[in-house]
Amino acid sequence: MNEFWLILGMFIITFGIRFIMFAFAGKITFPIWLQQSLKFVPPAVLTAIIVPSVVMPLGEIDISFNNVYLIAAVVSVGISLVTKSLLKTIFFGMLVFLILHFFIT
Amino acid sequence: MAMSLFVFAGSAQFIVLALIAVQAPLQVILLTTFVVNLRHLLYATALVPYVSHFPLSLRAFLAFGLTDESFANMSQRYQPDSPLGNDHRYAHYFYIGSILSFYTTWSSSTAIGLILGNMIPDMTSWGLEFAMSVTFIGMVVPYLNSRAMLSAVFSAAAASLYFAYLPNKLGLIVSALIGVAVGLLVIHFQNMPLKKIKELKDE
Repeated sequence: MNEFWLILGMFIITFGIRFIMFAFAGKITFPIWLQQSLKFVPPAVLTAIIVPSVVMPLGEIDISFNNVYLIAAVVSVGISLVTKSLLKTIFFGMLVFLILHFFIT
Repeated sequence: MAMSLFVFAGSAQFIVLALIAVQAPLQVILLTTFVVNLRHLLYATALVPYVSHFPLSLRAFLAFGLTDESFANMSQRYQPDSPLGNDHRYAHYFYIGSILSFYTTWSSSTAIGLILGNMIPDMTSWGLEFAMSVTFIGMVVPYLNSRAMLSAVFSAAAASLYFAYLPNKLGLIVSALIGVAVGLLVIHFQNMPLKKIKELKDE
């Protein structure tokens, strides 16, 4: 694997996605269906990253009380619904996870 | 380290490290980077009205620093009920500050992680990667305010487990696309009765 090309490619793609709208600054607009589908991209991508990482942290599906990742994730969803604050969710969710991880397993 | 300095995209970097570990081909890695970061297109679209009057070089800088975290900051800052007030003339300094503090934290944490990772071999068993999951949970939950969004998220979740064993983590791309497609379908079906009512009225 050529690290140089990997990082250059990732830079171009990442920066390109972020910059294209700012570069044209409102001079381009997307058709409605594309705008609608863009709205679903962040939650869909983030969910597709989170769910496997907490349901199968060791590579196998593990839905049990032994899986502290899953328990802490469910608790974090609750914290987020109650506090409606990203910072509080990260702080208390991580706290719950670390307590479970260090003292129970 | 170079990835943190130049690419500056947390979730994509995590995923790509996992792809490198399984020796995925370069094309797959770049395609995954594209899909994972496609959400920044939406962030940029939302922020365009607030940055369009700035010179191109400043816009390029702001775009480079457009991450989940800086967007979370800025979308709140531009709300009318922002705790910092409704005067947005200097809000871009808040944006620049968000970027600089996050960039500094990100690169220095990468460096610290590199050093500690070499010194403490079993650090990967501490489960610190949960920090990414919990951050994303805190970001996804506020989106869940409509049936279409709930359908999109739950179908992406189910698909991500069903396709978890696809090679090169392609399940991530497939599940994200399924989630988006389901969300669009739900919107489409929700709009159907309205259209039919309109057609009947026109007759």
